[in-house]
Amino acid sequence: MIALAGSGVLNASALTYNQVVVGSVDQLFSGLADPTRRDILRRCAINASSVSRLAEAYPMSFAAVQKHVAVLERAGLVAKERRGRETLVRTEAAAVARARRALDELEDLWRGRVARMSEVLSEEGNPQ
Amino acid sequence: MTVITVDKDLDACTLTIVAEFDAPLERVWDLWADPRKLERWWGPPMAPATFERHELEPGGTVTYFMTSPEGERFYGVWHVVAVDPPRSLHVEDSFADADGKVNPDMPTGQMHMRLAEDNGRTRMELISVNATKEEMQQLLDMGAAEGMQQAIAQMDALLVE
Repeated sequence: MIALAGSGVLNASALTYNQVVVGSVDQLFSGLADPTRRDILRRCAINASSVSRLAEAYPMSFAAVQKHVAVLERAGLVAKERRGRETLVRTEAAAVARARRALDELEDLWRGRVARMSEVLSEEGNPQ
Repeated sequence: MTVITVDKDLDACTLTIVAEFDAPLERVWDLWADPRKLERWWGPPMAPATFERHELEPGGTVTYFMTSPEGERFYGVWHVVAVDPPRSLHVEDSFADADGKVNPDMPTGQMHMRLAEDNGRTRMELISVNATKEEMQQLLDMGAAEGMQQAIAQMDALLVE
């Protein structure tokens, strides 16, 4: 999941560097950043569903729904599985959990930054 | 004493941080505006940041790198979307190469920071989101409505109990 182009292998501690933490789950986030896609995730978490059945639920074309499913699939948020003649879309709960964890890590990063900002401010002290 | 609240919205992939510093607004602004101060807090102690270019002006560029304990450098760049010293800053934060060129294979995030002073204390509100700058603007525009939604959600929770 960690795709750091060009920079070779990223060690574990590097995960907490800056946006790297976001970078590792970028596709997850863009997958989640749409209300229709989030609704598809909710539906397919309860019941795996074919794209045509999903398409009936939204006021948009089959092709548009198919596109949303493709974005989710690329992000690893859903997987497709064949059942008989049908192809069903299923939510990958682990991927959703990973996005949540990434946000938690971003929170830790910023808590650390705020603590350091306070330190710098108090070290400056009162010059008078 | 720094008061901090963190609000994470997984749906919108947004992190909102509110911190309150026991210092006047200008000094908190300096933590961003002075690169030597900025590098004292941007990177974690194990991977300190070094800022090279630092142009806090609309369209300006800020480049930096973080150095890992193994000596490896991770480059980043900010493109300044808007800045209103000493009160607000909106940058696009991207991965970069050693020349400060954005790495197109990696995501770009938006970071919006604003400061407000109250009785010698300074409140910093920071929104970090993985989105385009247009989406970020929509988020900011929606601020009021969003607060209302949260209030309603809280009421819902109370009713359920």
